[in-house]
Amino acid sequence: MSEPGGRPIGWTREQMADEIIALIPDGASLNLGIGMPTLIAERMDPAKAVVIHSENGVLGVKGRPKRGEASPTLINAGKETISVQAGASFFDSALSFGMIRGGHIDFCVLGGMEVDVQGNLANWMIPGKKVTGMGGAMDLVNGARQIIIMQSHFSRSGECKLLAQCKLPLTGKAVVDRVITELGMFVPTGKTFRIEKLAPGVSRDDLGIPLELLE
Amino acid sequence: MKNKVYPGPSEALFDLTDGITLMSGGFGLCGIPENSIDEIAKRGIRNIHAISNNIGNSGRGLAILLKNRQITRATCSYVGGNPDLEQQMLAGEVDVALVPQGTFSERIRAAGMGIRGFYTPTGYGTLVAEGKEVKEFDRPCILEMPLHADFAIIKAERGDTFGNLWFKETARNFSPLMAMAAKITIAEVEELVPLGGIRPEDVHLPGIFVQRIYQGSNYRNDIEIPVYAD
Repeated sequence: MSEPGGRPIGWTREQMADEIIALIPDGASLNLGIGMPTLIAERMDPAKAVVIHSENGVLGVKGRPKRGEASPTLINAGKETISVQAGASFFDSALSFGMIRGGHIDFCVLGGMEVDVQGNLANWMIPGKKVTGMGGAMDLVNGARQIIIMQSHFSRSGECKLLAQCKLPLTGKAVVDRVITELGMFVPTGKTFRIEKLAPGVSRDDLGIPLELLE
Repeated sequence: MKNKVYPGPSEALFDLTDGITLMSGGFGLCGIPENSIDEIAKRGIRNIHAISNNIGNSGRGLAILLKNRQITRATCSYVGGNPDLEQQMLAGEVDVALVPQGTFSERIRAAGMGIRGFYTPTGYGTLVAEGKEVKEFDRPCILEMPLHADFAIIKAERGDTFGNLWFKETARNFSPLMAMAAKITIAEVEELVPLGGIRPEDVHLPGIFVQRIYQGSNYRNDIEIPVYAD
């Protein structure tokens, strides 16, 4: 499939979420970043028995509350209302980040601005333009056992966000295990991106990544 | 056990002055000490160094004090969704120190727990590591120092007259840590109960970390981003 301009459309966000869900083994623990990654909580099959952690202090996120059942004290790290499953627990922020830093969280899915072949990630500021702060991202990328970046393939100005070297200030050095975009799934190897999977109808030439950086 | 109950915010916050370092609990608007923030706004205390994860959001919470130009320094982890802070930061009106959230909570915990410093991999190889000692363990880590405060203002769902606290759902976040780290902690509660009103095994924060407590009122308990299943 492709847009009128010729650029392939690839996966929808929901399909990207499902691709990531397929990577997560039954019974794993998972932390989800703000934005696109929260789709994963909504689409996760309860039968997988995955326990979702949110760093503001909850283990056992289920999805969204029904209208009228939302609680102002029950939110995720994106400050959105959530619901929890039976067996959930609440705790303070130091314990929550201890879970992360201590290696007790198996997977973390975060949004990204730039990822490079060395597995460096930038997602917290654009000098002179935009500063959101790093929130928990720097702790997550250094603590969770596997880091998956879920992001659009191109920036709003049309530049590929998979690079030889990140230009923006880093969130973490050599921390990314996998990147998924609407065009495919990629593994930074140190010198290249190894293509694990391409979305239907997408070819290497559509990726905007120099061919010498691909394998 | 000592009775630490104050009639209300104006009495409990009597000795807050210009230039204080102030921790304020809450994640976004979840679990913020609304009554104490309103009292500080009313009193016009200035030149505050605020230590709080978000320094308010969308004009609410500590953003009330930002709007009044009462905060001149801020230590926090996230400024997204807080236009007042982003604008005053870029204009150089507020000196902002951004700290990774896990390091932020651990620095606060360390202050309360007597830890003089700790090494963490968080922030290695980034701007956060600039000027900090690096030590090689299984991988490189940076030295982080405790974060102390003169006062902490926090909110809990339930508290007894000694200051034992019980928090609801995710409203706990940074509040117990801040209570440990500050010289004086002032807790406001939705429900003030007599001693024994919280079962000992259900106490989330032992009252030894709380110096003053009062029954709050008129809570807005705003939901910042409502998202529903239906």
